[in-house]
Amino acid sequence: MDVRELYQEVILDHSRRPRNFGTLGSGARQAEGANPLCGDQLTVYLQVEGDVIRDVRFEGSGCAISTASASLMTEAVKGKKVADTLELFEQFHDVVTSAPADDITTAGIGKLAALAGVREFPMRVKCASLAWHTLRAALDDRSDRVSTE
Amino acid sequence: MSYDVERVRKDFPILERRVAGKPLVYLDSAASSQKPRAVLDAMQSYYTTSHANVHRGVHTLSVEATEAYEGARAKLARFIGAASAREIVFVRGTTEAINLVAQAHVRPRVGPGDEILISHLEHHSNIVPWQMVCEQTGAKLAVAAIDERGDISLEDYAAKLGPRTRFVALSHVSNALGTINPVEEMIRLARERGVSVLLDGAQAVPHLSVDVQALGCDFYAFSGHKMYGPTGIGVLWGRLDRLEETGPWQGGGEMILSVSFDGTRYNKVPAKFEAGTPDIAGAVGLGAAVDYLRQLDLAQVAAYENELLAFATERVREVPGVRLIGTARHKAGVLSFVMEGIHPHDVGTILDQEGIAVRAGHHCAQPVMQRYGIAATTRASFAIYNTRDEVERLVEGLRRVREIFEG
Repeated sequence: MDVRELYQEVILDHSRRPRNFGTLGSGARQAEGANPLCGDQLTVYLQVEGDVIRDVRFEGSGCAISTASASLMTEAVKGKKVADTLELFEQFHDVVTSAPADDITTAGIGKLAALAGVREFPMRVKCASLAWHTLRAALDDRSDRVSTE
Repeated sequence: MSYDVERVRKDFPILERRVAGKPLVYLDSAASSQKPRAVLDAMQSYYTTSHANVHRGVHTLSVEATEAYEGARAKLARFIGAASAREIVFVRGTTEAINLVAQAHVRPRVGPGDEILISHLEHHSNIVPWQMVCEQTGAKLAVAAIDERGDISLEDYAAKLGPRTRFVALSHVSNALGTINPVEEMIRLARERGVSVLLDGAQAVPHLSVDVQALGCDFYAFSGHKMYGPTGIGVLWGRLDRLEETGPWQGGGEMILSVSFDGTRYNKVPAKFEAGTPDIAGAVGLGAAVDYLRQLDLAQVAAYENELLAFATERVREVPGVRLIGTARHKAGVLSFVMEGIHPHDVGTILDQEGIAVRAGHHCAQPVMQRYGIAATTRASFAIYNTRDEVERLVEGLRRVREIFEG
């Protein structure tokens, strides 16, 4: 495939000007994610009310794919129910880890479909999924706290 | 006769392949070099005609296998100027060699308050084994600083070589930046104080003529797969007296003279360090790599590689937005750089689509990256089979990277 299909305009745009970049104030859930292989690292901050993600931010440094994926993720999950967010992660994960020859549908994942080209580049799947794994860790942290409170 | 790179390229079958529909440009030899047909044939021939276990049987194949294995040891000894083949210990690679010295030689000789001195340039494999010894013994790790160009500060090194320094471990050539360290001077300073020195030669043996006796170090470690030999085999050279005073490494067969439940007598050097059935085919392949390099004339190889690195440095430096990381006066094999606003991983992926293989990442040298305040670099590394045309392909590839990122 043409490498431009991986580095689509929407990905370059989000990597240059990441949305929701920064931190959330005290009380926010947070988790850190790192890819020890390449040194990419990011922190995801979440403000959850009931079962809804009210606000989400991230900060850190990484390649264009991981930064754009984190940025697109924050846009996609803000205002979403936690259960719907986890469902979206599953669909997104299925798309980026599918074999290039597989038929896939990106209908359910909206703008995240811009990252579908990653499946042609197995070494970069971790870049695309780092923010999501970190988000899930932040959500798990919430349930941990809920259970101990 | 001048160096004929086209003839050399014909010796490496893999260079005929295409990647992403384009002729492969392999610029990742510092991670692992490609193998000439002579190495592949030697290993194939060994397995096809002479394989058996070594040092064990009275039968013909075992004798042939032993001769092949010990013959390789003798070739390696000549290759690095060892005083005898007994000073060559076959190990899995540089990493195992350093761990062997750390655990079997240094660990029993240091205690709380003692110091082990390394440099800021080291590969993780010449950092972590020493950190482990420090944890086990209470010794401290001291680190000689590097300057902005990537040269070790001799002043800082001399200052840190103190009364409690018990051992020094240094890279001969830096894997992340390509710096050739002034090891002769550094070894001299250590020996004046009676301190033993290990050199990590993984990046040096493919590029420089190494003479361990002239260097004056105590231990020298290197890997086969970075010098056109197979993976899974490497060498620890140690001066005979150093190896003899070193305790055993792994226990098992081959490293013993006799075993009983009352006590075991260890074998002589180097068998003492080679427990278990060794990588016989690997040693044979590495011996063939040595033969291959020697027939090339190493002085000519070095001159060609120097010129190619200088050319690549100039050409890559001209690409807008490129900043070289590591500009030491004496370098070998490695061109590390960052591109403004573009992560090395993205550079690596786009270059791969142009058929160009480079390394993108921290090169197992995170402290070096931290020194420059970066997470990663793109590293192009060069070997005997690379050409000026390939450098031009790299430059075109980097221009393509900028084109894609600038839209």
